[in-house]
Amino acid sequence: MSLKSKLHILKRKYRSSKMAPAFNALHTFLYLPNETTHGGTHIKAADDLKRTMNTVIMAMVPCLIFGMFNAGYQHNVAFGEIQAVTAGLFSPEFWTLDNFLIGFWKILPLVIVSYGVGLGIEFLFAIIKKHEVEEGYLVTGMLVPLIVPVDIPLWMLAVAVAFGVVIGKEVFGGTGMNILNPALTIRAFLFFAYPTWMSGDKVWVEGAVKRTEEIAAGANLDAISGETILGSLAQGKEAGYSVMDMFFGFIPGSVGETSTLLILLGGLFLVFAKIGSWRIMLSSVLGAIVMGLIFNQVVDSGWITESSKFYGLMSTTWWHHLLIGGFAFGTVFMATDPVTASQTNKGKWIYGFLVGFISIMIRVFNPAYPEGVMLAILLMNVFAPTIDHYVVQGNVKKRKKRLKVKSI
Amino acid sequence: MEHIELFFKSIFIDNMVFATFLGMCSYLAVSKKVSTAVGLGAAVIFVLAITVPLNWLLDQYLLQPGALKWLGAEYIDYDLSFLSFIMFIATIATMVQLVEIVVEKFSPSLYNSLGIFLPLIAVNCAILGGSLFMQSREIPTLGLATVYGVGSGIGWFLAILAIAAIREKIRYSNVPPALRGLGITFIITGLMAIGFMSFGGMLTGGDEEAKSETKTAVVVDEKVEETIVSNASETTEAKEEKVLANNIKVNE
Repeated sequence: MSLKSKLHILKRKYRSSKMAPAFNALHTFLYLPNETTHGGTHIKAADDLKRTMNTVIMAMVPCLIFGMFNAGYQHNVAFGEIQAVTAGLFSPEFWTLDNFLIGFWKILPLVIVSYGVGLGIEFLFAIIKKHEVEEGYLVTGMLVPLIVPVDIPLWMLAVAVAFGVVIGKEVFGGTGMNILNPALTIRAFLFFAYPTWMSGDKVWVEGAVKRTEEIAAGANLDAISGETILGSLAQGKEAGYSVMDMFFGFIPGSVGETSTLLILLGGLFLVFAKIGSWRIMLSSVLGAIVMGLIFNQVVDSGWITESSKFYGLMSTTWWHHLLIGGFAFGTVFMATDPVTASQTNKGKWIYGFLVGFISIMIRVFNPAYPEGVMLAILLMNVFAPTIDHYVVQGNVKKRKKRLKVKSI
Repeated sequence: MEHIELFFKSIFIDNMVFATFLGMCSYLAVSKKVSTAVGLGAAVIFVLAITVPLNWLLDQYLLQPGALKWLGAEYIDYDLSFLSFIMFIATIATMVQLVEIVVEKFSPSLYNSLGIFLPLIAVNCAILGGSLFMQSREIPTLGLATVYGVGSGIGWFLAILAIAAIREKIRYSNVPPALRGLGITFIITGLMAIGFMSFGGMLTGGDEEAKSETKTAVVVDEKVEETIVSNASETTEAKEEKVLANNIKVNE
């Protein structure tokens, strides 16, 4: 008997029991159910929630695979096993099976923990609250492993996912009701609860933390460090990576955020699939450029001296800001979250612009949190309903005026 | 420059609601609709902008140790700072009454839209908090005190505006029955505070001295703990809120 028919029988058997939503969800997730609804009016649309979520996941898969290669590559470079890349995107040093396997065995557990804990909680809530399991966690569960450092302990990830799913989403009533992006809530929780595991120069390279512990225990080894570009710039050091490295993503950072090229491709895919909002992406990039240009002007006009601790990040050329750190990833995959972003078109422009503007501002002005994108998006998520409210009210006012003019 | 710095600091970094959790009572009670929230927020800005400089004058020339110097040399040892609370409260209550009378006389429409909230401001802890912070942070000049008052007011205004819009948005959300009303509002406030933590430790000046640097770092740490604690204790808070909600219902 095939799995499908087995599932079908199980579904029948548990139809009226408490467990029904769990079996229904499995069935809908793995196969297309052949039941149809009867009676009443229905809207038939191909792009249901499941397909939407899967499209976003497809856009993220290249980043994930690249992240696996990059994790292994950073590990090998830091430990002196191989040389840094020389020949651009298709460098033979980068695309090796060895690199991939190191990253694969490091990142696969992150994905499994993220999905396991998150979906477990979703199923639990669906059974308790007696509604169908919603597909909302599919994207969040994929985003989470992409935005954490590769060396994060799995139990921390599990705690954070539990927090993010319960407090960030389920208390509001589940998918589509939350006010903050759950993936970012999870990352913010990790960032503020376990800061030593989310920043610094050790966590971005697989094995660096362990090496530090070994050295502390008395082993005679070289210390390993791999600071992100933002981290070194915030400390006033040179970045030490070429623009091409930044663009292709051969740099230390969270798992999926390094390759601007692949994120760009994913973003284009989302825009053409009409799932991501191009307004938010474009205006966010615009906001970042404006802020970057302002900072460059400040440096050029000599308002700030080289001794200032903001000098390193402020003097970064404006378009470099788009390539380094999590800016590209946040703009494409997080700021465009249709639930937590602004809903109105005019609101999307304002929202996106402020996301870009504030992320560069936090990045430069706040040496404690060089990764400003996460916090900027969270902050704008908080204000998105306000923006929407005023856009809608403005429209109402305009139309009332028009009505008055006509009626006179 | 230091005026601008203090202005942004008091709006974002030391936000009355999200950094110090002051003025929560009216913040929670009046945030059901955006329009009323805007009214109350505007009133808070106004009252803070008046009372903080007034209390600064009181503090400077009456309450501080040695403030009575202007009366003559024999008064230099007097320290009336134990009177701060009662003096500040008196100023605030008087000012609120005065503002109410003036507003009623000159703009009845605004007076009607503010309704009961205007007199209620007298007991808003954000207002007293503004004056007390002004005293404890030793703000040096009258101009800075005014800026601080206006900035704190705007920060509070933004907070209540944002939560009112969010509460309007989640009105149709399927929130678990036990959390409906104040419970979910507390959780939202905690999450919003995470959003506002992006500004914690942000320095707008540029070249500050090392002393103030360490000071801010400590503040950031405290804030981190505070928010985490507040998140952790939210479940217990939820229970208390239910009691509170019942009380409010009874009052209504």
